Amino acid sequence: MSNDHALQPIDSEMALTDTGQNADLVTYDRDPASYRHWSLSIDGEVATLTLAVDEAGGIKPGYALKLNSYDLGVDIEFHDAVQRLRFEHPGVKVVVVTSGLDRMFCAGANIYMLGQSSHGWKVNFCKFTNETRNGLEDSSTDGGLKFLAACNGATAGGGYEIALACDEILLIDDRTSAVSLPEVPLLGVLPGTGGLTRVTDKRKVRRDLADVFCTSEEGVRGKRALDWGLVDHLATGRTWESKTAERAEALAAQSSRPGVDAAHGAPHGVPMTPLERRIDADGYHYEYVDVALDRAARRTVLTVKAPTHDVAHTEPGIVAAGMDWWPLALARELDDAILMLRTNEEDVGLWVVKTEGDPAQVLAADAALVANKHHWFVKETIGMLRRTLARLDVSARSIYAVIDQGSCFAGTLFELALAADRSYMLDLPDEPEHAPAIALSEMNFGPYRMVNGLTRLQTRFPGDGAEALRDRIGQPLAAPDADEAGLVTFIPDDLDWDDEIRLALESRASLSPDALTGLEANLRFAGSETMLTRIFGRLSAWQNWIFNRPNAAGEQGALKRYGAGSRADFDWRRV
Amino acid sequence: MAIDYQQKIPNNVDLGTDRRLQRALEHWQPRFLEWWRDLGPEGFMASDVYLRTATSVDAKGWAEFGHVKMPDYRWGVFLADREPDRTIGFGDYYGKPAWQEVPGEFRAPLRNLIVTQGDTEPASVEQQRLLGQTCPSLYDLRNLFQVNVEEGRHLWAMVYLLHAHFGRDGREEAEELLHRHSGDPDNPRILGTFNEPIDDWLSFFMFTYFTDRDGKFQLKSLAESGFDPLARTCQFMLTEEAHHMFVGETGIGRIIKRTNQMMADLKTDDPETLRKAGVIDLPLLQRYVNFWFSSCMDLFGSESSSNAATYFANGLKGRPDEKLKFEDHVVADAVYELEVPNGVEGPTIQEIPMRNAMNDIVRRAYIDDCRIGLTRWNRSIKKAGFDVEITLPSPHFRRSVGPWAGVHTDPAGNRVSAETFAAKASTWLPTEADRAYVKSLMVAVTEPGKMAGWIAPPDRGINSQAVNYDYVRIH
Repeated sequence: MSNDHALQPIDSEMALTDTGQNADLVTYDRDPASYRHWSLSIDGEVATLTLAVDEAGGIKPGYALKLNSYDLGVDIEFHDAVQRLRFEHPGVKVVVVTSGLDRMFCAGANIYMLGQSSHGWKVNFCKFTNETRNGLEDSSTDGGLKFLAACNGATAGGGYEIALACDEILLIDDRTSAVSLPEVPLLGVLPGTGGLTRVTDKRKVRRDLADVFCTSEEGVRGKRALDWGLVDHLATGRTWESKTAERAEALAAQSSRPGVDAAHGAPHGVPMTPLERRIDADGYHYEYVDVALDRAARRTVLTVKAPTHDVAHTEPGIVAAGMDWWPLALARELDDAILMLRTNEEDVGLWVVKTEGDPAQVLAADAALVANKHHWFVKETIGMLRRTLARLDVSARSIYAVIDQGSCFAGTLFELALAADRSYMLDLPDEPEHAPAIALSEMNFGPYRMVNGLTRLQTRFPGDGAEALRDRIGQPLAAPDADEAGLVTFIPDDLDWDDEIRLALESRASLSPDALTGLEANLRFAGSETMLTRIFGRLSAWQNWIFNRPNAAGEQGALKRYGAGSRADFDWRRV
Repeated sequence: MAIDYQQKIPNNVDLGTDRRLQRALEHWQPRFLEWWRDLGPEGFMASDVYLRTATSVDAKGWAEFGHVKMPDYRWGVFLADREPDRTIGFGDYYGKPAWQEVPGEFRAPLRNLIVTQGDTEPASVEQQRLLGQTCPSLYDLRNLFQVNVEEGRHLWAMVYLLHAHFGRDGREEAEELLHRHSGDPDNPRILGTFNEPIDDWLSFFMFTYFTDRDGKFQLKSLAESGFDPLARTCQFMLTEEAHHMFVGETGIGRIIKRTNQMMADLKTDDPETLRKAGVIDLPLLQRYVNFWFSSCMDLFGSESSSNAATYFANGLKGRPDEKLKFEDHVVADAVYELEVPNGVEGPTIQEIPMRNAMNDIVRRAYIDDCRIGLTRWNRSIKKAGFDVEITLPSPHFRRSVGPWAGVHTDPAGNRVSAETFAAKASTWLPTEADRAYVKSLMVAVTEPGKMAGWIAPPDRGINSQAVNYDYVRIH
């Protein structure tokens, strides 16, 4: 929560420049040299990320980011900084997330920003912040990068949600600073960036205490916060530095990242060179990814390309290739394309995913991933691919995979087809030698687990169905085989193909976007719940419902009225 | 052991019959006394001090004078008399009956308001605990202790509200008020400025003139509260707060009077010459005014504040003299013209909802009130034949809170560059040399009727006693 004052509403009209390019286009490119809100310092195996939000640095006009409150721009920098730690600083084992402000760790998402934003902007913002929080936990698993939330002041709302995503929470005990989730009592919404769920599911706070905690404006501080399990450690002003260092060291011991060797120092990191991307009226164009927009039809063709030359498959070669190593280059480009589409192209509701190139090259790349999976850089690359594919799963867009001639849905790239709501594969009964084939690789059987903790194959085939497919690893599967194995949805032949695809796309584009979002979000996560599916399913869905309700978002709603000096006027009927 | 609360704790809140309150205070009182011995005025616990004690709220009982040892002071609990059928005087609940119990909905914000106010009371006692050792006279020493015990009583008043109306949370907060300590790096007081020690008497007079006056305006705002027990508590506290400002205004006035005499005797206003003569030169005094006034500006909070708007909307905290000075008590759609910085230029007007501007409205009333003492001081300087005026700096000068935070201006409020500010700071704000000089003057004078050389005697004593009365019997 912050106390700043709304100056003017966010301009919802987006101006188009004469090139057709959106003047308000949001991009996710950041560089530490130009961070406005975060600073990154590294001391041996410990990195410190310090939040000191530039009040005037909002990504949109109309609000001041007071009290270390954040908006999408602040979170994009956060995401960028964590990405750089992953790839550029293998010596770092633990990240201390703290604040540069006095007695204020972070006040969470800026309320005026939320109050003025369109529903779509809010939802997209929450999704990205959720993914960034999940990304911290994703990095931390399997001995990866560890995170310590060093809460040196008031830790409210989204600020506490950042802390909850860290491995440990250290809170200053100054008899004033509290952790709190005051969304319900103050704003009439939920702590929707995972907060509500992590309190119970991750931190195991008793549900009745969680009920008390989440309805209290001022939160819980000091020893009670420790007793209730809301934080892991306390330190006073005088012991703060030493306690932070002690907990950072303890967490570093749990990381298997290379770290800093007394004799040899840290291995060289891989500089994150700027992403090369061309934006024009027709879409976004990268080396291995191409986004061709058809705004009139409200769809885009997202094409992913196989390596055009042999990918490095030995450790030195892989590190030397760095950001240009195909699996990583692809991941970065695809990640960026997804974020750009989600943020800037709300109307484009159907993503048609295609691939292009030699499936053998993709399988060779997968083999390199598997062979070097214990190397830190490869491990980080797989993590990046996993998180990128996971973004597809939670994107509120219909996804169709179209597997036609010249495609390469093999191994890692077959995950795109598995992530799709359905897939169409061309059958060429008369020219089997020219027919497209898909292929499975080792990479389809573990590393790319979804947020439900299962692989996409396991999600597709509940029970043991996925394991049975191991026998088929490496085999090219043409349409009839793929169909028989249940790996594709439809296999029209060349005579039907064009019309089938056209009808499929047009028919999808005609359906209610809301109903589709709900439908897809349900069907994509079959099986049992995990903390993350509860966050994306239960918590986000309820939050988005509340965001649409007059009690929050109406002119008399709590979110709109917050800070303007008048109370919310609730419709008291429980729904 | 049964304690006679009516006797031990003078009160008008039926303490004798309220078992819940008794239990709470039984627990709290020993801790308070322990705190007072540890962090109250250092070195004078055994002294007999001529103090005023309130034993009731009527004209007869609110000021009983007599010598008393401070740990035996009878800190009482008093609410102003209840006004029958009082209604809420402002905000969205305007005209509805005032609350006699805390509305559940506003429990947290009301508690925060009370805790924040309450925290400043013991904080100032802690800040001033060493001052007694350099008192300029027994008269001043007594006034210091009167201020201290009354801050203590104000703490009692806030603790009473916490105990009586906020259940277990209230009791815990009451304990915290004693656990936080001014300047303690681990457990600081809530408001930053209350963590700075006040270790010279010029600063003490500045504090009582400027900072306690902030307290007065906070109390005046809370005295309007729709929560009736808070309103009545603050109304009574205001009668005592007036004495603190009297100490500040006459203290600074007496310093000026002494300096006037010396300037007339030596026929110069040259600071060096005056310092050699052992008095406080007016440019130094002006720098202290600049420092203290600007610190106090921040205490009101940001000029545009959503918290202040919410407090007003919900009837929790009004404007000073809400009933007398304002016509529109709801201010649902009114607009306030706020001066905000405009790039590198001077102020520009920004219109904000009036409710968000409540802090600034209180601040403006405070500034007007501050001017009154300055007019008196300046009259005495003029009468002494010197063409010097003590002035208040601009409310934009040296701010750390609100839209002017970090914006460099001169004391008149004109925008200056950071370099100019740094270069001129020593003429605008107290320097190390100023502070060292003031400190060098701080030598205790404890003979009845005698004054330190840098301050004139008061015009009259306390409660019609002579100036040379033994206000404090030091043992």
